Amino acid sequence: MSSAAVVIIAILTLAAALAAATLQKLMHATLSFAVAVVGVAALFFLLGAEFVGLVLVFVYIGAVAVLIVFTILLTRRDVGKDRGANWGGPFLAVAVFGALTWAILKTQSVAIVAPHDRAVTVKRIGEALMTSYVWPLQCVGLLLTAALIGALVLVMEEKR
Amino acid sequence: MSKSVDQIFVSAKQWLLSQLTAAPSWVVQIASSLANIFALLAVFLTLFALMSVLERKILGRIQNRYGPNRVGPFGLLQPVADGIKMLIKEDIVPERADKIVHFLAPILIAAAAILALGVIPYGRNMTPFTIDGGILFFFAVGSTTELAIFMAGWGSNNKFSMLGAMRAIAQMISYELPLIITVLPVVMVVGSLTPDRIVAAQAGYTFGFVPRWFVFTPWGATAFILFFVSGLVESNRTPFDVPEGESEIVAGHMTEYSGFKYATFFMAEYIGMFAITGLAATLFLGGWHSPVSALEFIPSYVWFFAKLSALLFVYIWLRGTLPRTRVDQIMNFAWKFILPMSFTCVIAAAVWHYAGRGLRGWLWSLLVIAIVYNALSMLLDTQRKFAPRIYRFAE
Repeated sequence: MSSAAVVIIAILTLAAALAAATLQKLMHATLSFAVAVVGVAALFFLLGAEFVGLVLVFVYIGAVAVLIVFTILLTRRDVGKDRGANWGGPFLAVAVFGALTWAILKTQSVAIVAPHDRAVTVKRIGEALMTSYVWPLQCVGLLLTAALIGALVLVMEEKR
Repeated sequence: MSKSVDQIFVSAKQWLLSQLTAAPSWVVQIASSLANIFALLAVFLTLFALMSVLERKILGRIQNRYGPNRVGPFGLLQPVADGIKMLIKEDIVPERADKIVHFLAPILIAAAAILALGVIPYGRNMTPFTIDGGILFFFAVGSTTELAIFMAGWGSNNKFSMLGAMRAIAQMISYELPLIITVLPVVMVVGSLTPDRIVAAQAGYTFGFVPRWFVFTPWGATAFILFFVSGLVESNRTPFDVPEGESEIVAGHMTEYSGFKYATFFMAEYIGMFAITGLAATLFLGGWHSPVSALEFIPSYVWFFAKLSALLFVYIWLRGTLPRTRVDQIMNFAWKFILPMSFTCVIAAAVWHYAGRGLRGWLWSLLVIAIVYNALSMLLDTQRKFAPRIYRFAE
C-alpha cells in the first residue's frame, strides 16, 4: 500500500513542480510550489521522518511561500497579467536536477547506506542538535536574533 | 463504574473495530482513522453550531438585548435556520476573479483548521492522531492558513479583499512567532513535543490540592496569557479583527464570498478558535485533568470541554467588551511587548527548572518575569500622556 502511495504522491509532486515552473501567472506558480512542498513533506512522512516533513511544511509554506507572495505583491504591478512563455524556469530546473543526479550518482557513500536500527524521532534530532551540532545551531540562533533585532529597529519610531 | 464511563468512547470505537476482525490490517487502520475523523467532525461541527448561537446570546446579554430567541426553544435552533439560509443562497463568483483560487481558498482554510484538531488529547486515551511532534504538526498546519487567506484575498480580485488579506497575513505572521515561543517553555519543561506527554506531565497535585498545571507557575501563567492573546490574533477575533474590519474594508478577504463558501470561512474561523483554545487548555490548563482530586470521578473529556468552553466564553466576553485596535497598535504590541515577554518566559522556565522546580524556582522565575516586565514598561514609556496624533501622509 505504501509503495502505491509513494507513486501517487510522487506524480502529484512532480505535476505541481512542473506547474510551478511553467504556469503563466506568477501567483499560480507560487501556489503550485506550495503544493509541491506539501507533496515532498508527505513523502518524508511516508519515510517515517515526521519532523523533517513538518519543518518543511512549516518553513516553506508558512514562511517562504508567504514571503514570495509578499515579494510579488510589493514589487510588481502586473501581478495578474500573463508573463508570457518562460522557458528559463524549466531549463534551470532540469539543469539543477541533472547536477544533483550527477552529484548523487558520483557519491560513493549513498549506495551503501546502513539500515537504521532506530527510527529518526524528534527526540534524537534534538539530541543531535544539542550535542554534535551545537555550534552551527548557535550560529543560526545568533543570525536569527540579529534579524529579529533588525526588524525591531526597523519598526522603531523615529525620534523627532 | 466511573472508569467505564471515562473510557466509553474508546471502548465504543474498539467494539466497532472488533467487527472487522476478518478484514486485512490496512482496512482496520483506515476504518480506525475514519472513526476518529467522523467523531471529530461530529463533535466540533455541533460545537460550532452551538457556539454560533451562544455567542449571539451572550453578546446580546452584554449589550442588554435578547439575542436570537425565535427559532426553537431559547433560539437554540437558530444555527439550523442559518445553515439552511446559507445553503440556498446564490453562490456568486466575481466575473474577474481567479476562479480556481477563489474556489480553493475556503476549502483549504477549513481543511487546515480541521486538521489542527486532530492532535489534541480530548480525554484519557482520546487523542485522535498521536504524532511524535504533535505540537509541531499543529503549527505547521496552522501556518498554511495564512496562504489560504491570501488565496481568498488575491483570488477575489477586489481591493477590499486584498487589503484584508494583507492585514491578516501581516498580523498572523507577527503573532505566530510569540505563539510558538510561548509553547517552548512547556516543551522544554516536559521534554516532549507530544501533546499526550504534556498532559501527563501536568497530572497530580502540589501540597495535595493545587493541580500541577503549568498555569500555576509564574512562567506558565505569563506564557498562557501571551499564548491566549496571540491565539486571539491568529483567529482574527475582536479586538484584533482588523482583517475583517466591517466598518473599513467590508469583510476583508471574505468580501467576495457568498452563500456556503462564506459559511465555510465562518466555520473555519470557529474551528480554528476551538483548536487554539484546545491547545491552550492542553498546554497550560492540564488538558483533561481534573482541577480537584475529589472530582476525578467526572470523565476526563468533560473536564477538557469544560476548560474549552471557559476559554471560549472569554473569547466572546472580549468580543463584547473591547473595541477594535488599530493596525499599528497591533504590530507595536507584537514586536515590542509580546515577543520580548515570550522570550522571558523561556528564560524563566529554565530558571524554574534549575532552581529545583519547587518554591524557590517559583520565586526566582517570578523575579525574572517581574524584572523584564518592569523594564519593558519603562522602556516602552507606557506612562506617556497621549498627545493628539499627527498623521503624516506620504507625499
